[in-house]
Amino acid sequence: MRLAVIGAGSVGRAVAELAVEYGHEVVALADSTGAAVDDDGLDVAAALGRKGETGSVGEADVAAALEADYDALVEATPTTLGDAEPGFGHVARALERDRHVVLANKGPVAERYDDLRALEADSAGTVRFEATVAGAIPAVSTILDQGPARVTAVRGVLNGTANFILTRMAAEGLAYDHVLAEAQDLGVAEADPSFDVDGTDAALKCVIVANLLAGGGFSLADAEVAGIADLPGSALALAAEEGRTVRLVGEATRDGVRVGPRLVPQHGTLAVGGTLNIVQIETVHGGRLSLSGAGAGGPETATAVLADVGRLPARS
Amino acid sequence: MSEDVADVRAYTVRLELVDEPGELLRALLPIAENGGNLLSIFHERGNLTPRGRIPVEVDLECPPHRFETVVAALREAGVNVIQAGADRYREELVVLLVGDLIGTDLSDTLSRVEADTSATVVDVSLSAPDGAGGRASAMLRLAAAPRTVTDTLAALADLAAAKGLRLVEPVEVEAA
Repeated sequence: MRLAVIGAGSVGRAVAELAVEYGHEVVALADSTGAAVDDDGLDVAAALGRKGETGSVGEADVAAALEADYDALVEATPTTLGDAEPGFGHVARALERDRHVVLANKGPVAERYDDLRALEADSAGTVRFEATVAGAIPAVSTILDQGPARVTAVRGVLNGTANFILTRMAAEGLAYDHVLAEAQDLGVAEADPSFDVDGTDAALKCVIVANLLAGGGFSLADAEVAGIADLPGSALALAAEEGRTVRLVGEATRDGVRVGPRLVPQHGTLAVGGTLNIVQIETVHGGRLSLSGAGAGGPETATAVLADVGRLPARS
Repeated sequence: MSEDVADVRAYTVRLELVDEPGELLRALLPIAENGGNLLSIFHERGNLTPRGRIPVEVDLECPPHRFETVVAALREAGVNVIQAGADRYREELVVLLVGDLIGTDLSDTLSRVEADTSATVVDVSLSAPDGAGGRASAMLRLAAAPRTVTDTLAALADLAAAKGLRLVEPVEVEAA
């Protein structure tokens, strides 16, 4: 497939770099300030080299990338809340042009799922969004394979930063602020970690799952969300005395979304360590499926994007 | 009955019955007639006790002082009661409370847990490294009657919210 990759952060960059290995071709690559377009196949390494030197992959407009001759648009710009722009506009344009869309950006699927599906219904293009839930873990496709009607609930640990912090607090008896600073030094937490530690990021993923299960209707405003920033180390120490620990657990059903710190058995399935994620899918006929792995990271998340590209129907 | 509803507890009795028509009904009547409210009956057909009888597990609720009467009535009716009690069949529930536990009167909080829910507080551990007024944590081990865990958690969440405390609930799925 011919790909236009919008967004050149860690995920967009990795998608562009790995595309050839997956048998695809990149014809456009855009970042927040510019774009590079080549209908004959873009020299990805050169474009990324240019970004390193000048701050942008190319001199063209993002609009030029959106109008390029691609089969599928990969939307990998940062997640935004509310109207989910500019990502939503990029997706809308691709669907108007009857092109496929693969999302790594959670905004459009979490905040405007119904709008997105309406645009898809009027388009010859297909929308896929495996990468929006738990990075490399095939959560969305597993739900789709089982059939959303045969999935009763999905729960999991869906934010690696929060999980790293909780794991370190419990293991070392350290305070939240101390571990957060360490996580920032290691690059596990961003300078502003609020989306990760206040539960928003995990909630967006759960909202997307709830939309899948219920056929839409949910946005972040419908989620009940609590974070981990006010958890003292003493809470984790007490939990450990009882053979338990605390994880930031998200739950999605047809009826709603809930994210917050929860007690789990210390050596139980949900108590994944470090930056790992886990998704547990409760199915009617298949029992409980537990999938754990990397929930973030450029190449890891890019594998989910490229798997989606591979699932797209050929464009007629 | 005028007993306080909050004082109704759940009990499980294990009976063994002869495999004859009407036996189950004969065993349940003394429970109902003595103020026991039947919650569930697990009739283990296909499973035999060492004496060749059929084991039946009955969950019921009643005020504690009536439970002895129920068991006595069963025995009087010739039903073989092999086990009767509350403890083994109560569901254990562990939660964390976080916040200014001392300033919000922990003792009152615990009393209200017992008043607002059907659960009993079995054990409490408190960790308050910052002393009174600081952020503290308490681990509460509760014994809840079967099928009341969801209601108990909802009541605990209300209580925590009213006191400005944070409730960390368990994810009760590992056993499934």
